[in-house]
Amino acid sequence: MAAVQETIDQVKLIDVDQYKYGFESMIEMDKAPNGLSEEIIRFISAKKDEPDWMLEWRLEAYRRWLTLTEPDWARVNYPKIDFNAISYYAAPKSTPGPTSIDDVDPEILKIYEKLGIPLREQELLAGVKTSKIAVDAVFDSVSVVTTFKEELKKAGVIFMSISEAVREHPDLVKKYLGTVVPTTDNYYATLNSAVFTDGSFVFVPKGVRCPMELSTYFRINEKGTGQFERTLIIAEEGAYVSYLEGCTAPQRDENQLHAAVVELVALDDAEIKYSTVQNWYPGDKDGKGGIYNFVTKRGDCRGDRSKISWTQVETGSAITWKYPSCILRGDDSRGEFYSIAVSNGHQQIDSGTKMIHLGKNTSSRIISKGIAAGVSQNTYRGQVSAHRKATNARNFTQCDSLLIGDRCGAHTVPYIEAKNSTAQFEHEATTSKISEDQLFYCLQRGIPEEAAIALIVNGFVKEVIQELPMEFAVEAQKLIGISLEGSVG
Amino acid sequence: MLEIKNLHARIAEDGTEIIRGLNLTVKAGEVAAIMGPNGSGKSTLSYILSGRKDYEVTEGDILYNGESILELDASERAAKGIFLAFQYPVEIPGVATMQFLKVAMNEQRKYRGEDELKTPDFIRRVKEAAAELKINPDMLKRPLNVGFSGGEKKRAEILQMALLEPSLCILDETDSGLDIDALKIVSDGVNALRSPDRAVIVITHYQRLLEYIVPDTVHVLYKGQVIKTGDKSLALDLEANGYADIIGAAA
Repeated sequence: MAAVQETIDQVKLIDVDQYKYGFESMIEMDKAPNGLSEEIIRFISAKKDEPDWMLEWRLEAYRRWLTLTEPDWARVNYPKIDFNAISYYAAPKSTPGPTSIDDVDPEILKIYEKLGIPLREQELLAGVKTSKIAVDAVFDSVSVVTTFKEELKKAGVIFMSISEAVREHPDLVKKYLGTVVPTTDNYYATLNSAVFTDGSFVFVPKGVRCPMELSTYFRINEKGTGQFERTLIIAEEGAYVSYLEGCTAPQRDENQLHAAVVELVALDDAEIKYSTVQNWYPGDKDGKGGIYNFVTKRGDCRGDRSKISWTQVETGSAITWKYPSCILRGDDSRGEFYSIAVSNGHQQIDSGTKMIHLGKNTSSRIISKGIAAGVSQNTYRGQVSAHRKATNARNFTQCDSLLIGDRCGAHTVPYIEAKNSTAQFEHEATTSKISEDQLFYCLQRGIPEEAAIALIVNGFVKEVIQELPMEFAVEAQKLIGISLEGSVG
Repeated sequence: MLEIKNLHARIAEDGTEIIRGLNLTVKAGEVAAIMGPNGSGKSTLSYILSGRKDYEVTEGDILYNGESILELDASERAAKGIFLAFQYPVEIPGVATMQFLKVAMNEQRKYRGEDELKTPDFIRRVKEAAAELKINPDMLKRPLNVGFSGGEKKRAEILQMALLEPSLCILDETDSGLDIDALKIVSDGVNALRSPDRAVIVITHYQRLLEYIVPDTVHVLYKGQVIKTGDKSLALDLEANGYADIIGAAA
């Protein structure tokens, strides 16, 4: 028993205080007064210089939101959020919106540098990385810069902040916004529709394979604010795009709200690969502070033979409420969900996916790896359903949970529904603890306890790590090591 | 190299005493066989020497190269050159054998203040050692011990032993689950590691293994004590007559 007890103690000691991105930066901000009202929504819309239809869309969502109540079915506990105590808009005074790299406040560039996200294209090119990655940098409520825009434009790919897209490509935005996650979808999605500030817009036209990885890096910096990201990605017939998002926030005693909506649309033969490395501040060892992460992410395989793949590495946030899903509308379409959810300290995760099979011969695959340590609670919640017309729908689900210590919890809540007799759904689930035998074996080979845990855990999540773009796989592995112990990385 | 003095040890959880005043000396270059009936404390001894925390030493001492190792944890003892070849090697899912070897070798080097191995050096060493043990390179890409046959598991243990270059090797029932061909390959691997500055402790039930790894000394363990010590002829004697006479004489 002793070996494992010591591990638990160590993990407890190091805990979530290892958060490396908790620094706070003093940037002069233009901030909306606290509270939520039609006036505030008009203020946000005006700040973004939006057309009237966008404002109306927001107001309609807001009016609906007022009639809704917060959902309480998830296995998470938190004090009631006072939505009037939050500021819904904060933008750096020096860089109030997307600009060219030379005009971005050097202080903001420094922050991204500190986070390991170089924004200067020449720096990216000069780096050792062989493949290029375009970055949209979202700082609190605004996108400050998007790199490689010109180069992408040559390939026909539109990559910009959603605020810019509303102004520059209103037809595309109108055509697709809210068609996957309607403004009426759920409490947080409706709130997001009313107050969303920034996020990315990606459009890959017919037959184009996006020439580089796209990514958005979200940073919450300002106190007392919420971040309401909105991302929309469209891949036309035969197009392909791989997109990655990362996120961090300063270490604070207060809880901050991040309520995002992400919509993906894949037309015939298109493929979208969406990866997330979520590292919001998780709170301190006593459970104080941390981000409340309430996110609605959904992909619509609208076309035949289309494919959407979600990969997520969730290590941050005090509360995670997130179910990246696929609507398999087109015949022969395919949805995938690969997830690693690590909870430590007092973190609470309720995450999973929905695979809604509507078309014929649709298939989906779910691989979920949950790792719980400290006094955290880690829940997988997933729904797989086959519509009446979804002939030959196939799903394979595998949910594995690993427990470290004996004060944490892992839960699996699958909902499976088949209305078509030809559907074949498989569900496998395991829960295990790092065994003393495994630990002793590693120790006996000269591998110290901390490194041994990192090794075993990384073995446990390997299937999912392999799904990440190469550049991020190593980073994700390190991050998992850090969230669990601290000595690695 | 190894000196065990009046060792008493028990299971930490329930206090059951397993080792009761054990004395044993193993010199550098020596191959010592430890035999004994089931439940005599053979495997427990191997765990205590390698520092498993499920056991508590209540009395006596273990000296390794003249220094007590009781205060060192298992990974420190390993880095100082104590290696245990497990009777039941443990599966580590998702961790390729190659990756495990690299982490283990480098962690030991780190502890000793040496530089990490360069990848080409590492690969060359592994390939050479694997070839000696007739290990298929494909096996090295598979997760450690996951789905390995009994013979593959034991060969993987000896491969680790060869690469980590320990000074004290403890083989816990390495012959169990091996057919005669695998037994020969594994024994050859162990014999290749015999050297004047390395000691080997072979824990076994059967004389069979000792035909291949010929011991310098044979010790009979019973109820947590060494009750008889002899040369290799003692093992033959045990094979022919069983433990009853020796146990009777000791009691």
